Amino acid sequence: MLSKRIIACLDVRDGQVVKGINFEGLRSAGDPAELARRYNADGIDELVILDITATIEARRALADTISRVARELFIPLAVGGGIRTEDDAAAAVEAGADKVSLNTAALADPALITAIAARYGSQAVVVAIDAKRESPDSDLFSVYARSGKTAAGRDAVSWAREAEERGAGEILLTSIDRDGTKAGFDCALTAAVSSAVSIPVIASGGAGSLDDFVDVFTTGRADAALAASIFHYAETSVRGLKQHLQRHGIPVRL
Amino acid sequence: MIALIDYKAGNLTSVKKALATIGAPVFVPAMPEELAGAAGIIVPGVGHFGATRALDAAWIEAILGRVGEGRPLLGICLGMQWLYEASDEAPDCPGLGLLSGRCYRLGATVRLKADTTYETEPDTTRDTDPDGRSVRLQADRDVKVPHVGWNSLEIRGEASIVEGIPPNAQVYFTHSYVAPVTGDTMAVTEHGEPFAAIVQRGYIAGVQFHPEKSGDVGLRVLRNFMELVG
Repeated sequence: MLSKRIIACLDVRDGQVVKGINFEGLRSAGDPAELARRYNADGIDELVILDITATIEARRALADTISRVARELFIPLAVGGGIRTEDDAAAAVEAGADKVSLNTAALADPALITAIAARYGSQAVVVAIDAKRESPDSDLFSVYARSGKTAAGRDAVSWAREAEERGAGEILLTSIDRDGTKAGFDCALTAAVSSAVSIPVIASGGAGSLDDFVDVFTTGRADAALAASIFHYAETSVRGLKQHLQRHGIPVRL
Repeated sequence: MIALIDYKAGNLTSVKKALATIGAPVFVPAMPEELAGAAGIIVPGVGHFGATRALDAAWIEAILGRVGEGRPLLGICLGMQWLYEASDEAPDCPGLGLLSGRCYRLGATVRLKADTTYETEPDTTRDTDPDGRSVRLQADRDVKVPHVGWNSLEIRGEASIVEGIPPNAQVYFTHSYVAPVTGDTMAVTEHGEPFAAIVQRGYIAGVQFHPEKSGDVGLRVLRNFMELVG
């Protein structure tokens, strides 16, 4: 039976892992290669490096970060943040990324999804969707671009469907409302998108307790769940989380 | 030296890295003639079966020539599917035909979309978790295609390629098409239906998953192939 995946996200800025709350207020959490090694030993299923660097100089350093992380890992590695062109995608893949994650650039030019999928295959293309409830009690989810700063004028479910049709292999779905809050995943958002597409949906944003993961894999119908802070500060071990999921009847790789 | 065939179906970086880690010397031949010096051949690849068209008659002749001399051949993912006679993914594009059977799409006989109205209720498993809450596990028929992620291997045969793989070991898959379970199948994986995960027939082997992305189990399979190469 296909396991539910647990994915650790490394938000990298200037070569260091950082993490904020609601996309702001960053604090440092260590060296990416060292964290990657720790997670791998602890049984993580996949890693995402999200580059949140603003400058071009630091972006060149990203290739170095990717290859340092990829060198010793034999699990899938996705890279996102600032991938705007086919060349950006190629640079990430050359450095050792198995998948690239597109967000703002895909919204601006959806043909980019198809172009990168044609070159590297759909399995190499993740479309990241940052979504926010239109109001606290609304079940409509709006897509935001530019790290959650700009409304894209798109509905999350319809954008996920379009991304799939254009060749995306997976959807990385982040709840802006829950990001960094540890208040639990937005299961309604995840279920709405997961039910609408055939490709896997990775839920992100809000992981706090072990039961949050149980909920997102059952109620939320997620295929994978991504978290950052709860792993970085060693509040939760990957193995402990997976054992918890297994006790709740959820298939995991242990 | 192991010849790693590059036909532009995906990136070779991670396969090269995995082979380097287990100490296997590798080269990427630019011309079919260069296969003459290969002790073994690996055909990797992801994506559409039609991509194998890049391996033209000259490549096929060179590969079959080496295989005919008893040089081991390993197909990975799309490279494994290419070992069969054909695939429904590109019906006009023949495979190598070293293994008998035709590749087909996962779930071709069942509707898979989650929002599909089922003719009958899907088989759901209801269970109660330790806290007494009711947990609804995903229905067997509610499987997604492509099949992406870690899934377990059920070893079905005795073959050098599956040597030392622990029971129910998990490996990383990403694909939509599969090869049928036949006498050559040494390990089976289930995703809505059973399919061939590891195959071996003499010096010809194939893996549907990505050994270069499957942790220690994947590296073990690559080492087993290197043992075959000798």
